[in-house]
Amino acid sequence: MMLAPALVGYAEPWWIQIIKSIVIFAVGLQLVPVVLIVERKLLGRFQGRYGPNRVGPYGLLQPLADIIKLLTKEQFRPRTAVGFLFALAPTLSILTAVAAFALIPFGDVQHIFGTRVGLYGVDLSIGPLYLFSFSAIAFYGIMLGGWSSGSKYSFLGAMRAAAQLISYEVSQGLALLGVIISAQTLSLTGIVHAQGGMWYFIPQAVGFLIFLTASFAETNRTPFDVTEADAELVAGYNTEYGGGRFASYYFAEYLNVLVVSGIVTTVFFGGWLMPFGIHPPGWVDPIVVLVKMAIITFLFIWVRATLPRLRYDQIMSLGWKVLLPLASANALLTAIVVVVTH
Amino acid sequence: MAEAQLPVSVWSPGEDVVEVRRAPAPGAARSFTRAFLETLRGLKTTFARVIEGPVTIQYPEEKVPVYPRFRGRHRLHRFEESGLEKCVGCSLCAAACPADCIRVVAAENTPEHRVSAGERYAAVYEINLSRCIFCGYCEVACPFDAITMGHDYELSDYDRSDLIFTKEMLLAEPLERTPLRREDE
Ligand code: SF4
Ligand code: SF4
Repeated sequence: MMLAPALVGYAEPWWIQIIKSIVIFAVGLQLVPVVLIVERKLLGRFQGRYGPNRVGPYGLLQPLADIIKLLTKEQFRPRTAVGFLFALAPTLSILTAVAAFALIPFGDVQHIFGTRVGLYGVDLSIGPLYLFSFSAIAFYGIMLGGWSSGSKYSFLGAMRAAAQLISYEVSQGLALLGVIISAQTLSLTGIVHAQGGMWYFIPQAVGFLIFLTASFAETNRTPFDVTEADAELVAGYNTEYGGGRFASYYFAEYLNVLVVSGIVTTVFFGGWLMPFGIHPPGWVDPIVVLVKMAIITFLFIWVRATLPRLRYDQIMSLGWKVLLPLASANALLTAIVVVVTH
Repeated sequence: MAEAQLPVSVWSPGEDVVEVRRAPAPGAARSFTRAFLETLRGLKTTFARVIEGPVTIQYPEEKVPVYPRFRGRHRLHRFEESGLEKCVGCSLCAAACPADCIRVVAAENTPEHRVSAGERYAAVYEINLSRCIFCGYCEVACPFDAITMGHDYELSDYDRSDLIFTKEMLLAEPLERTPLRREDE
């Protein structure tokens, strides 16, 4: 049997693709330090303090200072580490985060300089599958990092990450299934177009909540940060990392937060569509997407400031006993509704 | 009592062991709803902190005003009209000090060289502030109110030996670096 290759919704010549990928990543990667400083400042406010406010005006240069500090540090490697994999693991983490970032549509196909340009990295006909495959590879970044460090804490953190990602990836996928069934397409731009009438977070409220919860677990953020669990495991899988490699892990973590908020925006909050039937000109689209992403990221930070870390068995039972049955029921119900109404 | 009905062959845990009774575990739906609502309540609590604004004090620029009876760095005093030192070198403060950080070496006053109002004066008076616990016992022990606790608490230094304050340093007018609390604060 011949498998049809995944269809790629390219609309433009190759040189535009190169330019737009450079632009998207130039802008996208600049967002990471912004998220970093915003998170630290907001966490401060949530806890009744200021957060960093010494470096530069309002402490805005803090991420720069952090990065300079990390990059000038020694690249330490424990004697028990497996050298090649130890160096490879953070690279994998960053690579997969960046690859997933390509998927987020910042706008529809526009006419710029007389050519058609899609405001996204790539529009695949298998969008969510691509996303899940890369988050499965991203897990190798954590797993290899923890294992090749040759330290107990790292290894424990990596094992926890493995168990957690397996448990939550399933519910995450099933939660998206409801949306995919309703939109009847796997292309993310197609899903956005299908939300012209109503954004999916209303009819798919259950799916949205499950996806959000599972995303917290996927990005290893509180309340699901047993992977890092600084109180028990020092820093989990990245305990032995320092300097630039640690910076890569850190960077990948925040990029993943951005990617997840981008996906939530696209899938549940109508991507670049404006509410109340407003149709702004095309150049507003990326701004709309960025604002929505900012709101979701704010939610991430807010939850991090609020919830304590769940115990390991609580995480497992939440994943398998609550989210998975709910997500399955949600997908099933959506399927029935779609079949009946069509 | 539950033990009374147990057959003899069953090991009895003893009087001081109590049976723990747990409430019936709430059902899945109940506990899930509860977790969800409690999360919302938590989110509300943290957001209220944002609205309240930060409560921290930006220390080097802003300082917490101290109470008048705050026990900071010590001061030695002179009589205002004669300018003579109040300390007579009796070493009572050194005896009272629980941290043993005061060193007094007394010397006789002579008519040509009169330093204090009493018979003797402190030729050497040193407080090792790196050992002082700021208990204020020296102040209480002194019969002439020659030593009192000041308000300065910014006492860090690069060298431990710089924290041994000599008589001249303690007699000098201190820099008022710390705001004093007003009546209504
Ligand atoms: S305050 Fe207490 S510890 Fe400090 S010098 Fe006086 S008696 Fe000693
Ligand atoms: S400070 Fe007071 S107690 Fe201490 S030696 Fe002088 S007079 Fe005596």
